[in-house]
Amino acid sequence: MTNNSHDVERFQDPGLPAHVHRNADVDPKAEKRAERQVSILFFLSVLGTLLTIGSYVGIKSDKFVYLPIMGETNLQQLLLGLGLTATTLFIGLGAIQWAKKLMPDQEIVAERHEFRSAESDREDLVATFREGAASSGIGRRKLIKFSLASALGLVGLTPILLLRDAGPLPHEELDTTDWRAGTRLLLDPAGTPIKASDLEVGAVAQVLPELPVGTERTLENTGKDAVLLIRLRPEDFNLDAERLSWTHEGIIAFSKICTHMGCAVALYEQQTHHLLCPCHQSTFDVTRAAKVIFGPAARPLPQLAIDVNADGYLVAKQPFTVPIGPSFWERNSSNG
Amino acid sequence: MKLISRFRRHRLAGPVLVVAALFTVGTAFGVASALPSSQQVYASGTSTLVSQGKEIFLRGCSSCHGLHAEGGSIAPSLIGVGSAAVDFQVGTGRMPMADMSQQAMQKKPLYDPAETAALAAYVASLAPGPSAVTNESLTYERDGNSALGGQLFRTNCAMCHNFAGQGGALTNGKYAPSLMGVEPKYIYEAMVTGPQSMPKFTDATITPQEKLSIIKWLQEADHEKNLGGTSLGRVGPVTEGLLGWVLGLGLLIGAAVWLAMKAK
Repeated sequence: MTNNSHDVERFQDPGLPAHVHRNADVDPKAEKRAERQVSILFFLSVLGTLLTIGSYVGIKSDKFVYLPIMGETNLQQLLLGLGLTATTLFIGLGAIQWAKKLMPDQEIVAERHEFRSAESDREDLVATFREGAASSGIGRRKLIKFSLASALGLVGLTPILLLRDAGPLPHEELDTTDWRAGTRLLLDPAGTPIKASDLEVGAVAQVLPELPVGTERTLENTGKDAVLLIRLRPEDFNLDAERLSWTHEGIIAFSKICTHMGCAVALYEQQTHHLLCPCHQSTFDVTRAAKVIFGPAARPLPQLAIDVNADGYLVAKQPFTVPIGPSFWERNSSNG
Repeated sequence: MKLISRFRRHRLAGPVLVVAALFTVGTAFGVASALPSSQQVYASGTSTLVSQGKEIFLRGCSSCHGLHAEGGSIAPSLIGVGSAAVDFQVGTGRMPMADMSQQAMQKKPLYDPAETAALAAYVASLAPGPSAVTNESLTYERDGNSALGGQLFRTNCAMCHNFAGQGGALTNGKYAPSLMGVEPKYIYEAMVTGPQSMPKFTDATITPQEKLSIIKWLQEADHEKNLGGTSLGRVGPVTEGLLGWVLGLGLLIGAAVWLAMKAK
């Protein structure tokens, strides 16, 4: 045989390394020690249960103690937590220590086998199935066959029907709010109407629409209707004629619901006239009809046209002209 | 002289001279900048509070706010801000500003309460504005309703100051400060005057009674004990999550390593 490059030393299967026995397997003293360790761990779990019961029964729930780093801590809560932790944790630790130190540790090799069953087993299965089908007579008894098929098929209808409980369709709910022409602006949460003179330059107010008598204000309403009123110097505005006519003596009103994800936008910086959403830092310029100047919001906050009524209270001039809040599938974006 | 001429050309002469010069200039500057506050001794009885205030104003504030408090390019007009604004800004040490950073920071007040009162009287004499209040006049313990205060706080204040009054970030490095440990009168005056980025909350939109409720709620939030000891800053899931991930996952990884380790 020639000694060429193909004839390098072949890789040898090194096999399994020699088995190394643990101390507890060879040294009776170590075995005793491991046994003690395991039982001490289990015993600590017993102490944990006693601690839990004792602190639940014996400690007043308003007792506080001072701990370094933690500060003033409720003693009962602390001990209940430690006790319950010890109860379960030490059972687990004991079991693992037991398995690691004392239970048999010889390595066992399980050879892989073919997934396919033996040919005879497969033939047996087919024969059994044929025999069962023949004895049930399902091929002959047409009536049973079809009635069973329809029964099984219709079972699936019920879960599909229950999907209805995922909620009624929103219909117009997402496009409309409770703001109508002439709706008075009520302070949130006081519920009192507001006059233009109530707001100084630099002041803000959170308002909700006045609902028809007998209508309960729901959380869904508040989630759509919330509006922020801001008063600036009129000369600070940089609005087109239509939007300027929607303001009243420097008071401008925006939907508080962010057009990005629907958070309440109300961080108003009165020096920069920026309105900031706390969730994703979308920043709107109040002087330019809430134009987006930073962040992920795609549209300005909808502006609510406001006016004063005969009694001098601030009212909405018209409903919102665009759907408020974030985008949704069927949103009508013809007005922006 | 001999000594000087001998060391004149020593290689350490330069550095020593620089250090000595810096020390001299620094000390002189420190003394000079400390002078205004040490000179503020007034002859009482002869001048009224307003004229005392005007004197302090001219010396300490007019370089930015103008000789007649009319404002300038770097500072707003103080006409009509009222004594409440002065008491808040000067009493909390925010004014005079240490530097022209994003926002005036709270620090040790430069003027003592008597001087602050004089300044407030002077600014209030320029035009009517919200009046300063005292902690004693705010009967929030008796007249406040902390449940209502919490509701008002969540509607009007929580978006900037955090739902537990811990403060939060605004844009461009500005921030809403924590409200923990703030004297009731400063909370009241801030609501009335709208300092810096903060909007005003007039008595018509949040009545004085409701303001007391907010203060009462804040006081209770401030003194509320944490069952679990540390509050983790009361800023919600961020610190809680961080601790959970770092400490909790760390323990789990430790447990996994121990589980897989062969016993000796």
